Amino acid sequence: MTGYWTAAQPDEALGLKAYTNVRLLDPKSKLDIVCDSTGGLLTDGKRISNIGPNIFKNGIPKNAEEIDGEGFCLSPGLVDIRVQVREPGYEHKGTIESAGRAATAGGVTTMACLPNTKPIIADMSQVEFVARRARKIGLSKIYPYAALTKDLKGEELTEIGILAEAGAIAFTDGDRAIANAQVLRRALSYARTFNLLIVQHPEEPSLVPPGGMNASETATRLGLPGIPREAEIIIVERDLRLVEMTGGKLHFAHISTGEAVDVIRKGKARGLNITCDTAPPYFALNDQSIGNYRTFAKLSPPLRSEDDRKAIIAGLKDGTIDAIASDHTPQDADSKRLPFTQAESGGVGLETLLAVSLDLYHNGEMSLLDTLGKITHVPAVLFNLPAGTLAKDAAADLMLFDPERGWQVKDTDLVSKAKNTPFDLRLVQGVVMRTVIDGRTVFQHEEA
Amino acid sequence: MASSPKILAYPHRHLLGIEGLSVDEISCILDKSDQYVAQNRRADKKVDLLHGRTIINLFFEDSTRTRTSFELAAKRLSADVINMSVDTSSVNKGETLIDTASTLNAMHPEVLVVRAGLSGAVQLLAEKVNCAVINAGDGSHEHPTQALLDALTIKRRRGTLQGLKIAICGDILHSRVARSNIYLLVTMGAQVRLVAPMTLIPSGAKNLGVKIFHNMKEGLNGCDIVMMLRLQNERMHGNFFPSIREYFHFFGLDYEKLSVAKPDALIMHPGPANRGVEIDSEVADDYSRSVIREQVEMGVAVRMACLDILSRNLQRELMEAKA
Repeated sequence: MTGYWTAAQPDEALGLKAYTNVRLLDPKSKLDIVCDSTGGLLTDGKRISNIGPNIFKNGIPKNAEEIDGEGFCLSPGLVDIRVQVREPGYEHKGTIESAGRAATAGGVTTMACLPNTKPIIADMSQVEFVARRARKIGLSKIYPYAALTKDLKGEELTEIGILAEAGAIAFTDGDRAIANAQVLRRALSYARTFNLLIVQHPEEPSLVPPGGMNASETATRLGLPGIPREAEIIIVERDLRLVEMTGGKLHFAHISTGEAVDVIRKGKARGLNITCDTAPPYFALNDQSIGNYRTFAKLSPPLRSEDDRKAIIAGLKDGTIDAIASDHTPQDADSKRLPFTQAESGGVGLETLLAVSLDLYHNGEMSLLDTLGKITHVPAVLFNLPAGTLAKDAAADLMLFDPERGWQVKDTDLVSKAKNTPFDLRLVQGVVMRTVIDGRTVFQHEEA
Repeated sequence: MASSPKILAYPHRHLLGIEGLSVDEISCILDKSDQYVAQNRRADKKVDLLHGRTIINLFFEDSTRTRTSFELAAKRLSADVINMSVDTSSVNKGETLIDTASTLNAMHPEVLVVRAGLSGAVQLLAEKVNCAVINAGDGSHEHPTQALLDALTIKRRRGTLQGLKIAICGDILHSRVARSNIYLLVTMGAQVRLVAPMTLIPSGAKNLGVKIFHNMKEGLNGCDIVMMLRLQNERMHGNFFPSIREYFHFFGLDYEKLSVAKPDALIMHPGPANRGVEIDSEVADDYSRSVIREQVEMGVAVRMACLDILSRNLQRELMEAKA
């Protein structure tokens, strides 16, 4: 990804900006209109002030700066609900600034960051630190999750009521499951008191051998320990009962197995307050990607079988899987340059979120608007974030992109500080031309 | 030969709980209690009613207030009182309970006042003795004299219980006080609300004739009475709420949250209060609103009335048996 970034100027006078010659795409309102120079979108300061095909038929406002979209698509900036920024505590893997640069290069204008930093996000000052740092850097907006349990140990609840007042958007133990049923029961029940959302990493830890991959013939051939698909399915099945019992609200992160999709589908049909997301690797790759011990393809949950991959796509199509999140997990080179069992899991994903998701559109699985919806307004609604739509008075968080242009993912080309992409060398389509946050262009694409 | 005593509106041998009692039965005890309030305010507080009778306070769980209140009540009625505290931790409870009961029964007491840590233990004991039994609190089940003294306090201040909006706030899940109060107040026609985090509302509570709230300001809105419960820290094993600080922030009674109740709303607490946990000190000590001390006073009168009524019922039973 190449281009240039414009650092934030907090007191900069933004004025009016007229985006012309664009194809307006808004998944929420199902808007899909091609505009010439007589239409498009107008921003005033940090907000969208007008939108439509004829708004400039009498010319653009005199004092407005015109931005010619050259026929590209103008949509809401992406909303990514699962990102690890690694700051504070793991700055050698990633920082808020590095995540912000990668995000804006990938069209992501709003992201939710996991609490598994050092220190863990488990008190008001940590919640405020992340938000303040992100504002100061002035790239993507960051909304922090807070830890659900103290020290992410899955035993005692954190002060989730107070943390929510401080700005935590939801509660999770990050890449650890709340394995103890009583703890999750109480958490769901207590969270319901304040109508708060809990996010589960659905994986029964006692079924997960250290350093494993999906339990399969490949695992056997490679001599790697197998993580059974049931580790995910069991927790999802169990948690549905706990949601039913407590009336709480639960979101399952990165669903990777077909049966979990089935279970969630049935749970939703029963009217349970559950939602879920998946990440691009789980609908774009399968466990064959591990090939000859490729540690960049070591993820948590692990890449699954081809049947699972297809079931994930089916879940996205019928709405069982509500959203797509990048699951951006930066790892430094030393954490990946190890024997497979010892290597850390996770992959970076901010810069490939759009292009790999657009596979669903290019392969004819989903419409362009529905695909965009999974990475814009749907996750925004799930997490109650003020983002993800093109509407009058909404924040001017925009992405101008070319859905057709092809490129090849190369780890070394990534702007992210960490390069561990599971999509290395993949050919994809979809290039972000410009990213706008609060009315200000923060990223512009440049041909290499 | 005296004519056989009349049957009182409260006709039972024991007082094991409020659940199932009728309006008349509850009123009978409250009316009798009211008479004793006047007597307790005189210089000479003693009457001869229970002269020669034996009352045993059998406490399987620590208590200062309730035991003292019962002891004083018995003494003011001239009964002989013995206090027994039984250490529950060192003995096998099932065996000891029944053994203790039959041992004490052999000493011919008229009334056993029993507090037990386990729900249902007082009823079990009552089945094994010939005397009257008063439940002074069993586990998370009932504490009938507390509910009666709360009702007496309210009734003397407001004239009636009928139609009052009463919020019971805090640890409903573990509270025997809450259960007895719910039964009593609902029976007497009050509009009862429970206010607590989801985790401290017991299952099926909504079927008890109450409204449930999870937000203090919503629950207290327009209330006549705000009844706070003691947070039972000793029973808090695991994740009912994250911390005392958070609990107080959202569920502790302070002037800010109280501001939505009626301007003359009364504040009640069964004691001992955890200041800064479920109630702000300022509020607890505001004697224009807080009737916490009055509750203690009513407690002695209510317990005198209970001893009075149960002794009469026992006497009547004995005479009927002889006849």
